[in-house]
Amino acid sequence: MHRTGELYGQFETLEQQKESAALGMWVFLVTEVLFFGGLFLAYAINRHAYFEAFGIGSNTLDIKLGGFNTVVLIMSSLTMAMAVWSAQVGKKRLVSIFLIATLSLGTVFLGVKVIEYKQKFDHHLIPGHGFDMRYRTENPSQTDDPKEIALEKEELGKAFTQDPDINAHGQLYFSLYFAMTGLHALHMIVGAGLLVWLIKVSFRGRFTPQYNTPVEIVGLYWHFVDIVWIYLFPLLYLIDRHR
Amino acid sequence: MSEPFLPPQHKEPHEDYLNATYGIRSWLLTTDHKRIALLYLVSVTFFFFVGGIFATMIRIHLLTPSGALVTPETYNKLFTMHGVAMIFFFLIPSIPAVLGNFLIPLMIGAKDLAFPKINLLSWYIYIIGGCFVLYSFGTGGLDTGWTFYTPLSSIYSNSAVTPAVIGIFINGFSSILTGLNFIVTIHTMRAPGMTWFRLPLFVWAHYATSLVMILGTPVVAITLLLAGLERMFHLGFFNPALGGDPILFQHLFWFYSHPAVYIMILPSMGVVSEIIPTLARKPIFGYSFIAGSSIAIAVVGFLVWAHHMFVTGESTYAALTFSFLSYLVAIPSAVKVFNWTATLYKGSISWDTPMLYALGFIGLFLIGGLTGLFLACLGLDIHIHDTYFVIAHFHYIMVGGAVMGYLGGLHFWWPKITNKLYPESLSRLAAVILFIGFNLTFFPQFILGYLGMPRRYHTYPPEFQVLNVLSTAGASILALGYLLPMAYFAWCMRYGKTAGMNPWPATGLEWKAPSPPPTENFLVTPEVNWEPYDFHSRPDLGLAAGAPLAPAHGDD
Repeated sequence: MHRTGELYGQFETLEQQKESAALGMWVFLVTEVLFFGGLFLAYAINRHAYFEAFGIGSNTLDIKLGGFNTVVLIMSSLTMAMAVWSAQVGKKRLVSIFLIATLSLGTVFLGVKVIEYKQKFDHHLIPGHGFDMRYRTENPSQTDDPKEIALEKEELGKAFTQDPDINAHGQLYFSLYFAMTGLHALHMIVGAGLLVWLIKVSFRGRFTPQYNTPVEIVGLYWHFVDIVWIYLFPLLYLIDRHR
Repeated sequence: MSEPFLPPQHKEPHEDYLNATYGIRSWLLTTDHKRIALLYLVSVTFFFFVGGIFATMIRIHLLTPSGALVTPETYNKLFTMHGVAMIFFFLIPSIPAVLGNFLIPLMIGAKDLAFPKINLLSWYIYIIGGCFVLYSFGTGGLDTGWTFYTPLSSIYSNSAVTPAVIGIFINGFSSILTGLNFIVTIHTMRAPGMTWFRLPLFVWAHYATSLVMILGTPVVAITLLLAGLERMFHLGFFNPALGGDPILFQHLFWFYSHPAVYIMILPSMGVVSEIIPTLARKPIFGYSFIAGSSIAIAVVGFLVWAHHMFVTGESTYAALTFSFLSYLVAIPSAVKVFNWTATLYKGSISWDTPMLYALGFIGLFLIGGLTGLFLACLGLDIHIHDTYFVIAHFHYIMVGGAVMGYLGGLHFWWPKITNKLYPESLSRLAAVILFIGFNLTFFPQFILGYLGMPRRYHTYPPEFQVLNVLSTAGASILALGYLLPMAYFAWCMRYGKTAGMNPWPATGLEWKAPSPPPTENFLVTPEVNWEPYDFHSRPDLGLAAGAPLAPAHGDD
């Protein structure tokens, strides 16, 4: 089907094309909600079943890095919204600037995520044979606060008496942690790829008040990925924090 | 009514979607929904035969009580691979991806689907998923049952589960994208005058199907992904030994896989709703109720999944609720059956082949649906759960219903797709052979199940042999019934008589496009100013005065 300017051949008008693209993205986001929904359900049921293990697991996450990442991601949603606005009002230079800002913030988020994953690896919190919830308290590093480690040790001891299988159940927590944040990170990577494409197109000055559908629907996607994190952060980091 | 389109007597050879371009690239890189539909037609037919070969081996094996053909392990693999190939790679894409793809833009007066490239992408996703599954079949097969219950699938099974799970996961996105494309297309691409209540019921059925596709498929995708990760990395999501919950897998699995039955049957109902008014020459009875009941089936269908788990462990109150909700599905289904029957009443019924399939559909779906009520009954289900009664029930829905509808639809629209007519009496004979073969195959299984023969066993007590032999005999007749249409569809592509624009004649917009349609479907964007299935105010159909035309509302 031939394309005339910005109008693809199957459509009659640009409005129809824009409406279709936006509806398509919304429908896609609905499927994404259900895709993540399965994970959230598994999380809810297992948290209910293994409260202690999930509490301990949640406490091992680095709230400073997580909190920082949350701010970064919300900022990136702001810059994304600004990019959409700039495209709508025809400020071509600003579109590129805001898209680059969004991409940079997204990359920062992924970088911090790498640091967090590395931490889990060092603390033997990757599900599998080497998994041990006690590893960190028994092999503390020099930077760890000894008081904090002592408190954690005491808490772990208590948890082990209440739930002798806590290492198995802790693995469930971390399996879910990696599945949920990993899937989220994968969506960020896809989003970053889309941003790179948008930036390339925006350098050519293609986005105008008449034609800015790609910026808008990638924006929708980016906000959705942001919202998923807005749910993941409290469920994984905050809900069981008690110190 | 003016005639802004090509008049039927237009003689000079027009450029159509088949001869617009040539070469393998023009097919593999096409974004034309009609060509993509044909790509799907070839690929789902392939998987139908793969699944059919497994079915044949199952039926041959069950000829004797101790099993005639294969070892017990191989038997487990046969029924698993039969289910996987047929459900995920034939039944679910069959009508939507072939007929829906071809017809929805034509029926609503659009040039193509809203996202032609995504449409092609979904075919490639299907093929990639299919390759993974074929790889699994080829490297030893899998033996978990098509349901992939954990922890058998994630820990204990010693067969090629991982590639199959990856294949089905990938294939899910094909289904999601098709559904997405249909929903957006139906919302935004309708021609001027094509209001929601002028949409053909086929389109309504596909709208409902698409809802199920986009809401259900992601859930099974994430579930199979978790099960696959569990198998690959020894995680514990669904493994009780590690604290996981296998019942959770079943809930998530059936949350998709029960509504998936409606992905198979709703499009078939859409086909029947087109065939019956056309070949009874009568407006459909209760248009809005049939349209609404499609949506109702899609919605209620999402609330019944746990009736698959009455004996696997759920609370009594949950079971009661799910039993009740499962009964509710019977209401919109019955609405459809009664409305089709009322349409036939005092209609001028012609016994063309599509009509035979449509009538067969109504009868077989009725049996399949009513026996579904047996299974939704809490007490009775304990007795017939996991027996051949269940097998017979869902084959009546899926083969008697969905496949009959699919074949009926292919016969109904083949003249539009290829501009050729298939041999009339041979095709009628094939429809009758199919109907007889189908009933002979599956009716004995109701009795077997009621007498207590469990499903998925490779042996059975000798007293069940007569019924099993009947079933196998029926299966061979059924196979003939499938091969005949294959043969004459291929034959008539070359030797068939030219069909013309509107051979039945039917009222839909797709019949106002030339046969076969040109790449852009309509030379001029059509404008719709008639009601659906209204034969009376359509002089353009060429129904001569005195031609058999049924009174619009019976004789009331």
